[in-house]
Amino acid sequence: MTSTYRTAEGGRIDRSTTLGFTFDGEVLTGHPGDTLASALLAAGRHSIATSVKLGRPRGVAGAWAEDPCGLVQIEEPFPEPMLLATTVELFDGLAAHGLPGQGRLADVPDSARYDAVHHHVDVLVIGAGPAGLAAALTAARAGARVALVDEQSEAGGSLLSGTDQLDGVPATAWVEAAVQELAGSPEVLHLQRTTAFGSYDDGFVLALERRTDHLGGAAPEHLSRQRVWRLRARSVVVATGAHERPVVFADNDRPGIMLAGAARTFLHRYGVLPGREAVVFTTNDSAYDAALDLSRAGVRVQAVVDARPDGAPHRRAECDDAGIPVLPGSVVTGTRGVERVTHALVAPLAGGQVGPSSAVACDLLLVSGGWNPAVHLYSQARGRLRYDDELGAFLPGDDVDGLAAAGAAAGVTDLAGCLADGQRVARAALASLPLEPAADDRLPSAPESGTPAAPMVLWRVPDTSGAEGTTSFVDLQRDATVADIARAVGAGLRSIEHVKRYTTIGTAHDQGKTSGVLTSGITAELLGVPVRATGTTTFRPPYTPVSFAALAGRDRGRLFDPERVTAVHGWHVAQGAVFEDVGQWVRPRYYPQPGEDMDAAVLRECAAVRSSVGILDGSTLGKIDVQGPDAAVLLDRVYTNLMSSLEVGSVRYGVMCGVDGMVIDDGTVLRLAEDRFLALTTTGGAAKVLDWMEEWVQTEWPELRVHCTSVTEQWVTFPVVGPRSRDVIGAVFPGVDVANEAFPFMAWRDTTLDGVPVRLARISFSGELAYEVYVNAWYATAVWTRLIDAGRRFGITPYGTETMHVLRAEKGYPIIGQDTDGTVTPHDLGMAWAVSKKKPDFIGKRSFARPANTDPRRKQLVGLLPTDGRTVLPEGSQIVELHPDGVLPPPPVPMLGHVTSSYRSAELGRPFALALVRAGRSRIGETLHVPLAGSLVPVEVTASVLVDPEGARRDG
Amino acid sequence: MQLIACPWCGPREEVEFSYGGQAHVPHPAAPADLSDEEWAHYVFFRANPKGRFAERWNHSAGCRRWFNAVRDTATYRFEAVYRLDEPRPVTP
Amino acid sequence: MAELLRTHPLEAWTDTFAVLPAAVGITVEPFVAMADVRLGAVAPDVQARLGVDLPTVPNTWVPTGDGRAIWLGPDEWLLTSTAETPEALEDRLRAVLVPHGGAAVDVSAQRIGLRLTGERVRDVLARGCALDLHPRVFGWGACAQTTLGLAGVVLLALSDDGSDHVVLVRSSFAGYLADWLLDAALEFTTTEQ
Repeated sequence: MTSTYRTAEGGRIDRSTTLGFTFDGEVLTGHPGDTLASALLAAGRHSIATSVKLGRPRGVAGAWAEDPCGLVQIEEPFPEPMLLATTVELFDGLAAHGLPGQGRLADVPDSARYDAVHHHVDVLVIGAGPAGLAAALTAARAGARVALVDEQSEAGGSLLSGTDQLDGVPATAWVEAAVQELAGSPEVLHLQRTTAFGSYDDGFVLALERRTDHLGGAAPEHLSRQRVWRLRARSVVVATGAHERPVVFADNDRPGIMLAGAARTFLHRYGVLPGREAVVFTTNDSAYDAALDLSRAGVRVQAVVDARPDGAPHRRAECDDAGIPVLPGSVVTGTRGVERVTHALVAPLAGGQVGPSSAVACDLLLVSGGWNPAVHLYSQARGRLRYDDELGAFLPGDDVDGLAAAGAAAGVTDLAGCLADGQRVARAALASLPLEPAADDRLPSAPESGTPAAPMVLWRVPDTSGAEGTTSFVDLQRDATVADIARAVGAGLRSIEHVKRYTTIGTAHDQGKTSGVLTSGITAELLGVPVRATGTTTFRPPYTPVSFAALAGRDRGRLFDPERVTAVHGWHVAQGAVFEDVGQWVRPRYYPQPGEDMDAAVLRECAAVRSSVGILDGSTLGKIDVQGPDAAVLLDRVYTNLMSSLEVGSVRYGVMCGVDGMVIDDGTVLRLAEDRFLALTTTGGAAKVLDWMEEWVQTEWPELRVHCTSVTEQWVTFPVVGPRSRDVIGAVFPGVDVANEAFPFMAWRDTTLDGVPVRLARISFSGELAYEVYVNAWYATAVWTRLIDAGRRFGITPYGTETMHVLRAEKGYPIIGQDTDGTVTPHDLGMAWAVSKKKPDFIGKRSFARPANTDPRRKQLVGLLPTDGRTVLPEGSQIVELHPDGVLPPPPVPMLGHVTSSYRSAELGRPFALALVRAGRSRIGETLHVPLAGSLVPVEVTASVLVDPEGARRDG
Repeated sequence: MQLIACPWCGPREEVEFSYGGQAHVPHPAAPADLSDEEWAHYVFFRANPKGRFAERWNHSAGCRRWFNAVRDTATYRFEAVYRLDEPRPVTP
Repeated sequence: MAELLRTHPLEAWTDTFAVLPAAVGITVEPFVAMADVRLGAVAPDVQARLGVDLPTVPNTWVPTGDGRAIWLGPDEWLLTSTAETPEALEDRLRAVLVPHGGAAVDVSAQRIGLRLTGERVRDVLARGCALDLHPRVFGWGACAQTTLGLAGVVLLALSDDGSDHVVLVRSSFAGYLADWLLDAALEFTTTEQ
């Protein structure tokens, strides 16, 4: 039978609608407005699961995110682990079960959408309780751009959990009016179900909006389930309220033991009686409200156990009227019960000594040890906390830049005070904008609260149970006890951060919302130091757990990382190309024909290029237009080669080094005019090289009249490669004399195709006769198609990056970033010829003279031929040298270097590799070994150029 | 997400910027005249103070201009930004 | 002379764009000539011969007779022209600027433009742009080089009510940005069944 514990009326639930759900397989019902926890309590179910280490039954101990116990896993309609029953809004069809501390990740993809929104405001108010609403109204009325975010399903905060009156009517009526007023202000963004979980520099706050979670299976698919709001505010008002703090005593973890304020919330907000017979244990006035409200609702309150010697004299009459016995100067020392608390053990407390206890029957034990302001967001923004001896809590200290706490979050305890504080903080924010407060920004008046009795700070009740603190739980989720803190202190730990890590207190889903300050207090007691000296552990985002899916937002799947494609990408797709990622670029790797794997396709593509003609989409090459009277001066300084001597119409290969003399990029340079060059970079180096040039021009040589502009996407680049490339180019571009004498190697020529300017350059990255075709990318597909059509009679073969890599490696051309790793000089690559001896200086030149850079034992680029003629060495393989007697040296075996590139060669008819090998060039002809799968593969060291070392092919 | 005030574009999120290390470390005019040790100091050695530090930043996702900033390395607070042709401001 | 066909990187998206509701309209801007312009120390009287007043206020753009002049940096502008060919634009600008240490580079195919119109456009942009696009802050004439989603863009405001923008994006990122925009707009383009 369900709903035995539902009140006859009241609460903010919609009793006209019944929702069905299952928990641990049990079929139950609830109403819209319920949380999973309130629906379970309404069914009389307190116990959620057993604890993580000790297997003790645990129940609902709070009413919202502070609950350290009630972890559940949702199974339907979507699997989601580690949620709090107190924060899961009930929906029809929900299926969940309790979790003993650990959830299970879903094994199906999360099909929901997630997104993010940036939003800028003058004033961000976090929390829509009395202080937050007052602040938001004050700011909105002044015309400020305002955002108000609140984690609950509706605004009101603590006003939803009580019976407060404002202007003589229920406070919830004012809440409704305030919400309406805000809704009518065009510059106000008001979000409920939105938890501000991180507070950062410069008014930046991250908030998670749960947009459709509460709709369950009825959630529309096109809406994001959750949204991360990236809020930027000139002023932030933290009106996040306060968390009630328990008192620790023996066996304080049984189901049926909960925070006093939580019981009040379940009663007033959800129409649920959390029990029939209650004992209320308190150190302060606030729990009297819970006792009286529950009593009025029909709960038999067996006793208010007030630790203060005089209790709360001003509440005495009310309790007497309600027939509630009050036991001042008393404490709860322990409990009985297993699945549910059955008795509270109550004893007098005098002079720190606990007297003999008596058992009071109850099925509900409410506890209040005071209130901790929710200072998390204030502290995350590097606000300094100060300990308040009277409240036994850490309060915000001075305001941090553009961020201030208001209301209960600032330690204000009464309603009138919270309203006034919200307005005060909002006005201060307005003054900083600056904006004038509205002429009429009146707030309602709250009745005067009586003279409160001072709270007593009590962290724990001495353990008289004989368990020596081992059942006095501080962090219920972690099963961490007073005994654990004592052990930490006994082990010599003094820092609260160390105690946290030793005991794991505060490391669970709730991040110590109820246990953190208790730990500070108990640790201070055990160490015999003031709490202010102990301090708290550091508050870090997120305030409540946030799923990775929400953080990823729409950056998933295809949108995870931009896919950059060239202007002829569609053609490659249509041809069935297999693609590979090169940085963010997606490039054809090879074009398999039916039945071909990559090896077969690449061998075919390589053979076609070397025997006839192939075509590559090289458009991803970085291209930088370098222009100005001092263009040549700049290039002379950034390349190791001499570029100023390059003639207009010619091309030169160049190498770039960092100041440390290590190669950072390479590529060809076309001199377009006396004052203009086109510098080509590697695909991956395009942005880096432009930034590099800009850095030097802007920061070191502002006097140079030179400008660098990226034209990477302006020009497509199509290398047409192979002995028949001249025929193809000649056919497509009849206006160009392609004869070797007229158009020699490392020259470029301009022509037109149907009136469109085209640039041709004789550059070869394969050793073959080759032409690179450059054209405005608008015409990419048209020009590509012309080349393919003209090449058809020569069997023109489109080839991808894999074949490009094989062809260049056969010629010993390094790929910067693959054959180099930031520790390789041009000399190591065998490119001393590319390092000018004429120039007085260039970037990195001085480093070449450093002893480390002239050491003959440096690693150098060489070729490797596995002597078995079969093994393709894995790239990254280490290279070792055997003793003359053929024995491996004793460990640690010296590593001479590693394989940087390795392929099968159609031309050589065998696999080959490039490698960086210590003193490699002096080892040419030697046999070294590569450890591979438990054996040693002998390899012959060769020069890095393995195909056509004479360069006979480049002119066709 | 911190804001960094580009001298031209104004405050932008820090992800639009790239870091350039210590400011006011000019490339030596005549590297060949330096000893190995002096050159190594230019190439490899930079200050790493706790507190105020003059450093270079580039608004790489925006106007692509380099500028200098005085930043407190303990608080991350930018105390001043200034163009490359401006002297380091005196911060109180 | 046969004309060489031009193909737009977003050709495959035009049908999808065409059926978007008016609240989030996306249209591909036609091909225009674009040049990246640097002045260096070019004197004002020489600048006058460019025929346009380049905006000097950072993050602004101005209309020119047949295009736009867009501030990209303290010494960098993007000049567009619907009247000239890319080559003619570059040649004309270079002839004026280069002798005086300035520069002009044809970048017509470097970026493509998307026009975003409708009352929800600002909401779509806010899903991936960290700048404050409130019309009071980013009204007509404002521009910014920034990121949208994970792509670098130049964003122009063409209205004072936030309902009209142009996004310029590197051509290789065009497909990504188109997909991103469609995904970000889904909430406004889907009517619940």
